[in-house]
Amino acid sequence: MSKDQTIGEALRARGVSRRGFLKFCAATASMMALPPSMVPMIAEALEKARRPSVIWLSFQECTGCTESLTRSHSPTVEGLIFDTISLDYHHTLMAASGTHAEAARKAAMKENEGKYILVVDGSIPTKDPAFSTIAGISNVDMLQEVAAGAAAIVSVGTCAAFGGIPHAKPNPTGAMPVSELVKDKPIINVPGCPPIPVVITGVLAQYLTFGAIPELDELGRPLAFYGKSIHDRCYRRPFYDKGLFAETFDDEGAKKGWCLYKLGCKGPITYNACATTKWNEGTSFPIESGHPCLGCSEPDFWDGGGFYKAISTPTADISRTAVFAIGAGAAAGVALGALNRAKKKRLEKEHKKVGVDDLEKGG
Amino acid sequence: MNTPTPAGCNAEPGNVATGNVIPLLHEIRHALQALLDDGQETVIDLRSIPLGPGEEARIEAQLGRGEVQVQLTALGPSELVETRFPGVWLVTHCNNDGEVIGKFVEICAIPSLVTAQTADIRAGLVELNAQLN
Repeated sequence: MSKDQTIGEALRARGVSRRGFLKFCAATASMMALPPSMVPMIAEALEKARRPSVIWLSFQECTGCTESLTRSHSPTVEGLIFDTISLDYHHTLMAASGTHAEAARKAAMKENEGKYILVVDGSIPTKDPAFSTIAGISNVDMLQEVAAGAAAIVSVGTCAAFGGIPHAKPNPTGAMPVSELVKDKPIINVPGCPPIPVVITGVLAQYLTFGAIPELDELGRPLAFYGKSIHDRCYRRPFYDKGLFAETFDDEGAKKGWCLYKLGCKGPITYNACATTKWNEGTSFPIESGHPCLGCSEPDFWDGGGFYKAISTPTADISRTAVFAIGAGAAAGVALGALNRAKKKRLEKEHKKVGVDDLEKGG
Repeated sequence: MNTPTPAGCNAEPGNVATGNVIPLLHEIRHALQALLDDGQETVIDLRSIPLGPGEEARIEAQLGRGEVQVQLTALGPSELVETRFPGVWLVTHCNNDGEVIGKFVEICAIPSLVTAQTADIRAGLVELNAQLN
């Protein structure tokens, strides 16, 4: 496929009819959480858009983000979008290795200076460059070298967006997200552990369609996918509003599909598209399978005090979590009234505030 | 640590309702009225609406199947079914593996995908010319 081809031409070269292209655009609009009325505009823009060069760097990561994207059964819409970009460097997926792979990266950077999209998965170790290197180059150096010529950066996964699991306490490698190391480029955070594959390609499609980065929230996440909390779009929300909760994983409430808030669901403080986009080709999402949301698209989700602890009850290390949770509870409103107020007050009392004096005592 | 058994796997679908089915049917009713009055077409993306297990099936059951069913094969199969309410179509797009990649309710005389597209007509003519020459 020529790099000069438009996306419309690339799809036609693959034998996709105009009807098929319009179907592709309808599915893309749905994927981008855009109204169906925008399909003609998307069709016109995608028809003319040039295939962008993409350089994908993997740092401290588990490859789950790449797996999420590439393990979907092809050909999917996200697969087609992924196929129409010019993926010039991805050391896990590319056939070349060693000096040939690095030469491909350098060539793509030179040829597309100022125009390529840099995708990063994984956090970047800063305590010692030797913790993670590629071709003998430290992750920090490679990130800064490639970021310098990028038009925009997409931080895929919670590790690249917020530090993720490598950043979890005690953060032995000094892991940092991309946004703490690169300050002069537009950065789109696409967190999730892993992110939903259509969200990854939806962001790329949005960039291709509109030629600009999408509208972002205060954490740099595209509002189209991260604008609503899991809780707001959860089909179990009516049970929350009625104060009907599963108390254990095998009680009557659990069997009836009641709200999982008391079993540690982080849906009220987690912003992601799982409840509508769903997983495994739209089959379901964790709450639909009976498991609380872990909050994996939020910063520091690994240090949140326990996956099965309700967000409004204290855990071992949680002065911060409790304050956060009470705020979220107040915002979410209705169901807290249904919780046992006496128990809540007692738990709040048990929280000892830690002041500067206490910290200075070292104890 | 004991691995907890997922809650709600055996939940009865009838017990889990978002309450979105009836409002959606009202939205379709208003759209159908707008089609009749002003010729205004509407497309509703079912994937953008939170629905509990079984609710999508309930919507489909309420809409039923009417006189026209169109099978389309372009980037995988699609089915465009006129519901028992003429002018209300249920459009389901699948990929080549039969997985649903989009589901829409279209309120229009006929979904635009059914009509032959100019670019495809042009390509077809080229092909027919080649076949005859």
